[in-house]
Amino acid sequence: MFERLTDRFEGILGRLRNRGRLTEADIEDVLREIRTALLEADVEIGVVRTFVGAVRERCVGLELSRALSPGQQVVKIVNEELTGLLGGETLRITYASRPPTVVLLAGLQGSGKTTAAAKLARWFKQQGRNPMLVGADLQRPAAVEQLRVLAGQIGVTVFSEATDPVAVAQAGLAEARRLGRDVCIVDTAGRLAIDAELMEEVRRIAEVVSPDYTFLVIDAMTGQDAVATATAFHQTLALDGVILTKLDGDARGGAALSVKEVVGRPIAFASTGERLEDFDLFHPDRMADRILGMGDVLSLIEQAERTFDEGTAAKAAAAMLEGRFTLEDFLEQLQQVKRMGPLSGVLSMLPGLSKDMKQASSMVDDRQVGQVEAIIRSMTPAERLDPATIDGSRRLRIANGSGTTTADVNALLKQFREMQKLMKGFSKGGLAGAMGGLGGMFGRGGPKLSPTALAELQSTSDLAGAPGGPLAGLTGMGGLPGMGGAPGSGRGSARATKGGSSKGGRKGKGGGRVTPKSR
Amino acid sequence: MVAAAHDVVVGLVVGIPVLVVAVGAGVALRFRGRGPASAVPPGEVASDVPTDVELAAGAEVARRAEAPVPEAPSGTEVTGAPEPEARVEVPEAPTYRGRLGKARGLLAGYLGAVRSRGKIDATTWDDLEEALIRADVGVGATDALLDDLRTRVRAGEIGDPDALLDALRGDLVAALDTPRRDLTPPGSARAAGDGDSRHVDVWLFVGVNGVGKTTTLGKVATRLTAGGTTAVLAAGDTFRAAAGEQLALWASRSGAEIVRGAEGGDPSSVVYDAVQRAAARGADVVLADTAGRLHNKANLIEELKKIRRVSDRPPGKVTEVLLVIDATTGQNGLAQAAVFTEAVDVTGVVLTKLDGTAKGGIVVAIQRELGLPVKLVGLGEGPGDLVDFDPGSFVDALF
Ligand SMILES: Nc1nc2c(ncn2[C@@H]2O[C@H](COP(=O)(O)OP(=O)(O)OP(=O)(O)O)[C@@H](O)[C@H]2O)c(=O)[nH]1
Ligand SMILES: [Mg+2]
Repeated sequence: MFERLTDRFEGILGRLRNRGRLTEADIEDVLREIRTALLEADVEIGVVRTFVGAVRERCVGLELSRALSPGQQVVKIVNEELTGLLGGETLRITYASRPPTVVLLAGLQGSGKTTAAAKLARWFKQQGRNPMLVGADLQRPAAVEQLRVLAGQIGVTVFSEATDPVAVAQAGLAEARRLGRDVCIVDTAGRLAIDAELMEEVRRIAEVVSPDYTFLVIDAMTGQDAVATATAFHQTLALDGVILTKLDGDARGGAALSVKEVVGRPIAFASTGERLEDFDLFHPDRMADRILGMGDVLSLIEQAERTFDEGTAAKAAAAMLEGRFTLEDFLEQLQQVKRMGPLSGVLSMLPGLSKDMKQASSMVDDRQVGQVEAIIRSMTPAERLDPATIDGSRRLRIANGSGTTTADVNALLKQFREMQKLMKGFSKGGLAGAMGGLGGMFGRGGPKLSPTALAELQSTSDLAGAPGGPLAGLTGMGGLPGMGGAPGSGRGSARATKGGSSKGGRKGKGGGRVTPKSR
Repeated sequence: MVAAAHDVVVGLVVGIPVLVVAVGAGVALRFRGRGPASAVPPGEVASDVPTDVELAAGAEVARRAEAPVPEAPSGTEVTGAPEPEARVEVPEAPTYRGRLGKARGLLAGYLGAVRSRGKIDATTWDDLEEALIRADVGVGATDALLDDLRTRVRAGEIGDPDALLDALRGDLVAALDTPRRDLTPPGSARAAGDGDSRHVDVWLFVGVNGVGKTTTLGKVATRLTAGGTTAVLAAGDTFRAAAGEQLALWASRSGAEIVRGAEGGDPSSVVYDAVQRAAARGADVVLADTAGRLHNKANLIEELKKIRRVSDRPPGKVTEVLLVIDATTGQNGLAQAAVFTEAVDVTGVVLTKLDGTAKGGIVVAIQRELGLPVKLVGLGEGPGDLVDFDPGSFVDALF
């Protein structure tokens, strides 16, 4: 999501970062490119105009700062404006004092409402709530069936009956009250914003359930029409926010910016995959960071915290440090990381990696991961503990068992041996040494990675070796390279370069963003 | 894949989890103050047990159905009564302009302004650009179209706003008007196979999640059946919850037979079974539904390639691969078209949901860049809401 916009800005602003002075022509050049990038990302043209205007205004009267080069200042301005445009802060759900908290979902056909309803129910469950789903999409016979199947997977009750959508919504709410559910999510049929009859129907649904939250579900691939749709739904329903779906595609998702701007309500949730757990609160400031190529390390950390099973992770960390990390441990870790999303995506969230690195990581797809898993699964437990025992005939057996070739088995064993060497580096040189080694490891593989990529990785690992413990400095990677924060000075100063003048809602990001979970 | 590149990939598969564990451990140390860098667990909240079942995103299925939904079968199953006299009424196709008309106001505004100014100036170009961008034609195609017009204005070929608009309209129509817009007549495979009645055409419906594949298939089935063609529907979406039920509904609406597989089963074998069934019955065409898939998911694209390969095995022959694109789609539509075309050799585009406010201008870029013709247009959710693509009325609707 947004990747190519990131690349684009990196291209334009990378040039600027290295220059000392900014002429008026420079400004127009940059603005022109930003405009094109935003249009190609499907940001609505009116919104683009507003955005570019705001950036221009701030660039023209730019008071040259001593700390930052003009180029860096433009980066900062664009970042702030983008963050402002995306919405200041992450939505915080306020639960109704008299439960249940009612959530209504509406949107066009095919935007992903039914799946989003189930994902939302799962999310509320994770927050310790006790949700119920109401299937008020009666226009499509298979819709309620679909909702029931999904709800069954997360153990949530569905209410629906063959009356009419308004009656179902009303009865559903009554049922939620009767059962003592504290959240009631109403799924509705897809409808066009210009279909007066159906818009009236959804208005009446809202009337009878008086939702605490009404969300418009919008597909991230939506083009210029997002604004017309959002405006119409907002007029009818008074939206509280937007759920952005299919962000796991490669659409740049400019619709998010447009809708936020015209509706003036936040993007509340983002849906990033086909699994029910691929769904979370939308983090606008992180998204802007990401657009500017900083990498979204905070999201990664949060995801890691949530996904990782304490027991196995502790075991793995211990095993790593003691240099006895086996294929068995690796397989377990792989399962955990996979839950965070595709491997390539996970890597792209790590900051400081160059395009080359990211490109290399995009070569990894589920199939190759599956292959690696299959190979390990075809080994006996003893072989997993001691791969050295795997001779030629065993290799052949493993290859046959996993539907791969002996060359594939060899490649895996070789890479794993390298990794084990690296683990030793862990215990000796801390993460810094290990990560340097990791860069070297990727580098040996082929010509894909440039020396700069390795240098970047190396400097990232230098950060990791900064004072405060061998691993602690890692979080300092949140800073924009060359944007004022001294390397290794940690998140505090890196963040400070963006504070102050931004559009508000950026307070409290110091520690709060990292530990938002309710335990 | 080259050996070196393969090594990098395996290295990444091995390295990424390790890197993440390391980062996670670092975070745990830093933010929870649990002490020095000894073995400290990074995680704190054990996540739910992950389900192996993957769920389709953007799952939206057909609405406004009157017919009952058949029970889900286990194993491949054939249903539907292919009675010869079961004639299906196709509701009259909507008039293209009538449906599109609702949404005309916006662009008409820009173009009216262009006309009324009486001369071509900088504002004229800005207005044209804005109109095209708003229709999702995209920056690239818009620039190309306007640059060409600028040259012609400079050369004195075009003198006033009216002529300019006519020229633009002409260019757009010309770009979209290709003789390859017609659907291959069902029964072509049989004709090519020396009249052997066992040959069966296969039409695949492909695209990203929620664009209208199943609905379009249902509409096509309705149209073909009403025209006397015998179609067999293949429920090739074995992935999304209730997808089979949805198609079964369309089967009973259109009077076509349906072949279904087990949920979570192999989609290729469902299509294969449908081809066998169609050959045995002497049916003309198999209409195969497929699960929605994002084009950047390599494994799902591989699966689609396999479906196509299997469908092409005699007696089956793939004669249409229809890429369904939602008119609300922005610039990502181009990437969709490129990947699907490369993977399964798309023969044409179906542009759906043009009854809404979206213009579907991305098909201009798709036609320009990939030469893919638009063949059909979806104008609603009913069985009759399908028309052949007509470049003239499409472009007029833009204006
Ligand atoms: N207004 C309108 N709605 C349409 C049109 N075509 C399809 N739809 C609706 O769009 C939604 C999605 O259609 P489906 O046919 O289920 O789409 P699909 O591509 O098969 O979806 P998946 O299989 O889930 O990927 C349904 O609510 C359809 O009724 C159209 O031309 N106009
Ligand atoms: Mg479908």
